[in-house]
Amino acid sequence: MTTASRTPAPARGLAGGPAASRRLLGVVGLLFAAVAYEAVTRAFFSPLHVPPLSAVVPEALHLLTEARFWVATGRTLLAATVGLVIAVAAGIVVGFAIGSVPWLLRVTSSTLDFLRPVPSIVLIPVLVLVLDVGQITVLLVAVSCFWIVLFQVLYGLRDVDQVAVDTARSIRLGRLARIVHVTWPTVLPYLGTALRLIVSVALALAITGGLVMGAAGLGELIWSSQESGEFTGMYALVLLTGGVGITLDLAARLAERRLLHWHVATRREVAAG
Amino acid sequence: MTGHRGAALLRGVSAVGLALGLPVVLFALWWLASADSTNIFLPPLRRIVEAFGQVWLSDVFVRDVLPSLRRLAIGYAAALVVGVGVGYVIGRWSLIRALTSPILAFFRVLPAPVMIPVLLVAVGIGDATKLIVIALGAVWPILLNTADGVRGVDDVQLETAAAYRLPSWTRHGLILRAATPQVFAGARQALGISLIVMVVSEMLMSTDGLGFTVIRFQRTFAIPQMWSGVLLLGVLGFGLAKIFELIERRALRWHQGATGREESW
Repeated sequence: MTTASRTPAPARGLAGGPAASRRLLGVVGLLFAAVAYEAVTRAFFSPLHVPPLSAVVPEALHLLTEARFWVATGRTLLAATVGLVIAVAAGIVVGFAIGSVPWLLRVTSSTLDFLRPVPSIVLIPVLVLVLDVGQITVLLVAVSCFWIVLFQVLYGLRDVDQVAVDTARSIRLGRLARIVHVTWPTVLPYLGTALRLIVSVALALAITGGLVMGAAGLGELIWSSQESGEFTGMYALVLLTGGVGITLDLAARLAERRLLHWHVATRREVAAG
Repeated sequence: MTGHRGAALLRGVSAVGLALGLPVVLFALWWLASADSTNIFLPPLRRIVEAFGQVWLSDVFVRDVLPSLRRLAIGYAAALVVGVGVGYVIGRWSLIRALTSPILAFFRVLPAPVMIPVLLVAVGIGDATKLIVIALGAVWPILLNTADGVRGVDDVQLETAAAYRLPSWTRHGLILRAATPQVFAGARQALGISLIVMVVSEMLMSTDGLGFTVIRFQRTFAIPQMWSGVLLLGVLGFGLAKIFELIERRALRWHQGATGREESW
């Protein structure tokens, strides 16, 4: 389960020490992996099919100076962002609508349960007949992320403290004021968790759209370099895609921290780190 | 007496009614709304259901559905073994954790379908590629969750085990057992991912399998058949999630008892 409870793990052993030594070890690990990859590719694979890192990295640096990489990245990020915004808005609205009406939750829960595990990519063949590939990509992102947001909102609503609700009621706060002051702050940490989860899901589906349907963007660029035999370029693109993913992940964590700067778990993290 | 039993029966009936009510209503609405549909992209549900019987309850099941399921099972099982094993090592020893964390961070965010073209080039178009892609997509959530779970095992439990001088194999077993809730959380996430990767890999490079067949129907404008394939994929996703939930509930019964927490859905 992805609950919002995060207790800092007790420091233990070497890596529990100063962050600097941990970072150093990370760099050592990276170097070791790079050397191992280089050795394995040179020993066992043809450089045409699995290029060594010494060929991939320069290619990746070269791509960074090219407009087509940035255009493709921009398109992928745009599709991911639009889908994400739709998902968050729809997830919050539907989640609050269903979650605050007990009988509605009871009636819909089996249906939600049924629909959630249905992978959104099954929609591709259906949608290809009626929409263009860019729109479908946005829709795929939106549908997949919607479920995550919706269920996090529902978990959050279930977590609302009944005593706080009763207190708010007894001091005659209206429905809206109760939502603003009681419900919303409870749900917000769950939304923070959802945000962290959906960013990588959104990127994955935006890229899948490009791979499967040729929607313009990073996925399409990777697939076309595979088809045209530019394998070094393809490996470089995959490396850069990971970079894009890491950047997005960091951004999501920062956003979560800003959103929840008042929350106990965040304050504890800041104090500890 | 009988009133008691009657009330329980009533509760049971109403629970079933609640669970089935909306799905039945939605299905009926779709059936009625599409009954006279002449739009070739939105065929009547009646024709989709007919196509479902014709297509999937025939040799297509053996030719396409079974290979898909076999790939899914093998890839997922490999991911489980490797993910739990490596995740345990990473979670248990902080030195290894520090060494591997940047690489893990990279693979955690790298979308699994991206590995399809990479492996297509490196390994070829055979069955092995699909198995590796499914395993590669599913392994990260299992690995990372196992590592987190192992790392989060209660210190008091560890020290107790050490104080009792339990043999080290027993201790490893205990730690792994304490981490199972997290392992299951990762495995559940991985199940969804592996299904997606299976379908995508079959859409991109295959001559059999569910994903391939659905795309083939779409390209030949066999629209009711295609819809039936979409339905089958949906049912498959749901069915796998349900089976997983049953296994998880059995395996984690001790945990729910210990923490007093229970998932109501």
